[in-house]
Amino acid sequence: MSDNSHIQHKAHGYGVYVLVWFALLALTGITVAVAGINFGGLTVATALVIASVKTYLVLTIFMHLRSETVVFKVFIAVAMFFLIISFVLLFTDYSFIVRN
Amino acid sequence: MSSSEHTVSHVHRDDVASRMGMWLFLFTELLLFGGMFILYSVYRYNNPDAFHLAAKELNTIIGTFNTAILLTSSLTMALSITAIQRNNKSLSIFFQLITVVLALGFMVNKYFEWGAKFHHGIYPGSNELLSKPAGEVLFFGLYYVMTGLHGIHVLIGIGLILFMTYYTVKDIITKDNYMKLESAGLYWHLVDIIWIFLFPLFYLIT
Repeated sequence: MSDNSHIQHKAHGYGVYVLVWFALLALTGITVAVAGINFGGLTVATALVIASVKTYLVLTIFMHLRSETVVFKVFIAVAMFFLIISFVLLFTDYSFIVRN
Repeated sequence: MSSSEHTVSHVHRDDVASRMGMWLFLFTELLLFGGMFILYSVYRYNNPDAFHLAAKELNTIIGTFNTAILLTSSLTMALSITAIQRNNKSLSIFFQLITVVLALGFMVNKYFEWGAKFHHGIYPGSNELLSKPAGEVLFFGLYYVMTGLHGIHVLIGIGLILFMTYYTVKDIITKDNYMKLESAGLYWHLVDIIWIFLFPLFYLIT
């Protein structure tokens, strides 16, 4: 049984997953409900914020990031950082081209 | 990683490295879909009204239903790992099979959804589609490529999970060695995350 030493996961109980699932379904309901309301430019932002919250829940609980070592968290932060950078740089560049 | 030094000598494996390898693979998937999301955002930025009009053609109810199905399949995948951690083999297999059934349900919905679009003459290169404004052609082009690529990932996921079920039945995946199942789960949750973004961006444009 000492074999367990290389399984570093603190196992989540069934209940935690069911709770997260409820939260994800509720957030989906909110996105759909909110989509009917026109916030102007904020409509897309609202949808993306809710999607990000859902992603955070899936990453931390379903994908067990909460119980991973800090190396994993840094890796993922770096990967996300570069994805976001590519969006930000593209849009600063692109809006400049469009304006001129 | 001091923990690996404690590993029993006859077990030549490194679970942390397996998971990290899987995450590295997932980053490449992130960039694959990320590139498409960049394409999407630029075209939407250029054609906000056409994207708005074209999105009305999509069935929000099927989209919402499919989102719920995929989220539930992620739940059952996570539960199957907890079950194997608690040495409950048959429950784990049960949850894995439920995951597969839900994934198939997702694909069946996609089949009917795409089928309805095809029936209305909206498919890449059709005369009906090409007669629409350029922005709407772009929207449907992106719709078919991105949900199509996502659909391929769902199909691969189904195959992967079925392999895991086979391994679980054969006791290759056990309470003490379930990293294969864990990695398949990571893949499945990523497919779920991609859909979490595809859903509002295609179905809920107002």
